[in-house]
Amino acid sequence: MIPDDLRYTAEHEWVKVIDGGVRVGITDHAQEALGDIVFVTLPAPGTSVEAGQPLGEVESTKSVSDIYAPVSGEILARNDVLDARPELVNADAYGDGWMIEIKLADPSSVDGLLDAAAYTKLVSEG
Amino acid sequence: MLLAVAAGMYAVYHGPGGLTDIADRVHRTAVVLANGLRRQGIPVLTTTFFDTFQVRVEGAAHDVVSRAAASGINLRLVDADTVAIACDETTSRADVLTVWQAFGVEATDERLDRVDDATPELADASWRTSTFLTHPVFHAYRSETSMLRYLRTLSDKDVALDRSMIPLGSCTMKLNATTEMEPISWPEFADIHPFAPIEQAAGYLALIRQLESWLADVTGYDAVSLQPNAGSQGELAGLLAINAFHAANGDVGRNVCLIPASAHGTNAASAAMAGQRVVVVACDDAGNIDLGDLRAKLDLHAAKLAAIMITYPSTHGVFESTVAEVCAAVHDAGGQVYVDGANLNALVGLARPGRFGADVSHLNLHKTFCIPHGGGGPGVGPVAVRAHLAPFLPNHPLAAEAGPATGPGPVAGAPFGSAGVLPIPWAYIRLMGLDGLTRATQVAILSANYLARRLAASYPVLYTGRGGLVAHECIIDLRAITKESGVTVDDVAKRLIDYGFHAPTMSFPVAGTLMIEPTESEGLDELDRFVDAMVSIRAEIAKVASGEWSREDNPLHNAPHTAESIAGAWDRGYSRDLAAYPLASVRKAKYWPPVSRIDGAYGDRNLVCSCPAPSAYES
Repeated sequence: MIPDDLRYTAEHEWVKVIDGGVRVGITDHAQEALGDIVFVTLPAPGTSVEAGQPLGEVESTKSVSDIYAPVSGEILARNDVLDARPELVNADAYGDGWMIEIKLADPSSVDGLLDAAAYTKLVSEG
Repeated sequence: MLLAVAAGMYAVYHGPGGLTDIADRVHRTAVVLANGLRRQGIPVLTTTFFDTFQVRVEGAAHDVVSRAAASGINLRLVDADTVAIACDETTSRADVLTVWQAFGVEATDERLDRVDDATPELADASWRTSTFLTHPVFHAYRSETSMLRYLRTLSDKDVALDRSMIPLGSCTMKLNATTEMEPISWPEFADIHPFAPIEQAAGYLALIRQLESWLADVTGYDAVSLQPNAGSQGELAGLLAINAFHAANGDVGRNVCLIPASAHGTNAASAAMAGQRVVVVACDDAGNIDLGDLRAKLDLHAAKLAAIMITYPSTHGVFESTVAEVCAAVHDAGGQVYVDGANLNALVGLARPGRFGADVSHLNLHKTFCIPHGGGGPGVGPVAVRAHLAPFLPNHPLAAEAGPATGPGPVAGAPFGSAGVLPIPWAYIRLMGLDGLTRATQVAILSANYLARRLAASYPVLYTGRGGLVAHECIIDLRAITKESGVTVDDVAKRLIDYGFHAPTMSFPVAGTLMIEPTESEGLDELDRFVDAMVSIRAEIAKVASGEWSREDNPLHNAPHTAESIAGAWDRGYSRDLAAYPLASVRKAKYWPPVSRIDGAYGDRNLVCSCPAPSAYES
């Protein structure tokens, strides 16, 4: 399940352009590989993040993995619902399981991300 | 595990009442001893004490300590005027009299009874008023008979090495032989204090030095410290030695530690503890270190490079043919090479990390050299180094013999770490000899390859090295099987319990796979029994994939099956017989699991903390 209207990273984050910035989560492929997600750690609004650097962690019954910032900028919002219901990432990775919203440092930085076709190719090559 | 279990069972047997009685007696003994000195003019300096106090004997401390030592009791010499005395539950009336004699005060039974009128010395505020050990287990077993049966009940719940192989990859669950284990309970080994005067530990010191030299010989390194209590402490000690080496060379700012993506998680944690910055090196599709990425990272960080931490054979269970090249490239960039000794069971007698390019390794004596495993520890994780790092091995401020004067300090409380379990690896190496150790490694590798070949017909083996061979363990890949059938590694691991086996390592180092390490301790019969179980499970998976069984109602999804679940109402799409006795051989010796499948994710998401709420600590 790789929606056409989103952009992606090689680290399996998705990015959706919204008013004032982007919304970010992990892909359906990522949640499936991780298994049952039990805890998500995310930065508070106002935090600066740098593209390619870890911004938080997602913990499943199998492992703890870093979540990488797809773009540079400032955290606008974080999905606090995941605190109590981390399983939303499994159930609805592109919807209720979203993680953070970022105000872009450089509006064009989204253009450098993978499109759905490129991400599909990456996942299928495994 | 051994020592943690011993301590836990001590609490079970005595319970809160017993422990309080023991503590009361220890305190009473200390008070009697102190009052006997005080009443004949020897000042007690410690105003409030439980079991340990200091006394002042102007200029006579050396004499008192040596008189006591001559009578078989160690007192602590604090300085020329001060002696410290500690009592415990083994301190007898005779011991009290002996100490009094050493101080030259009247030491008779009659006087002891007279002095035993003392009130406790502890300040009121120090007495415990809260309850402790409230769990029923600490209140139920007070005789040897009941304790014995309790221990038996616990062991009946376990799938341990006395029932089946424990094929946990990366763990090396080999035999902990009785011959090796028994001596550690002998008083000659068990009763000495870690800080006893070194001349009283000549035998231990000989054992320690021999073990150090044998381990240096086996690994090709020049010096070994047995102080670290675990592999993780060994890693820290090794990285501290690397830091100190760079600093001693005036090579400042080297703080980058390269770690392959396949590494044990401990490596990165140790590097962070040692103040280094972790940079991950990618692995290629075959699971090996990506040399292109390594060179790029070396170019990028050359001036800041402190070390690389690699595991050989890799955590993918493969002898990486490029290991010497990796070591050379890192050395050329000014870094040191740390080889994690986790997989040493594939090397002993065949190859020596200290000679193929590594500068430092830790070993896991609780894996490769037969000490029972962690779970509360302590294990022993010696750190072994080449000569240029030897000046930076751990030492100890209270024991010159523990390490070089130039060392960075201790990584464990006791000078020689978990010395109490060192007779186990000593006996193992002594029993095996170098030829035996080499043969063990060969058999371990042969066994893993035998399993890999036989299992390959049912499950793809994820990584192999040259000639299609694995090292001492193999990873079988269930991801495609999971995709096709919905049956996961968890289902296979739980179903193995019904067959009487402990599960292999799940989803490490690759999610959706099982890593199997048979070790040299398992005979052909046991390897075949395991293959039979895995082949039978594969046939069960096929029935789920084909739709003969539904994805929710099948013996894999519902595994493991307890006796209770078999005895109760039964409405499943397969028989009770198949649930409990999937192979005829299982009828001969059935292991019944104490619990059926639990919801691991629910448990992780719903933490139940039994501590009082933070508000309870408000004053």
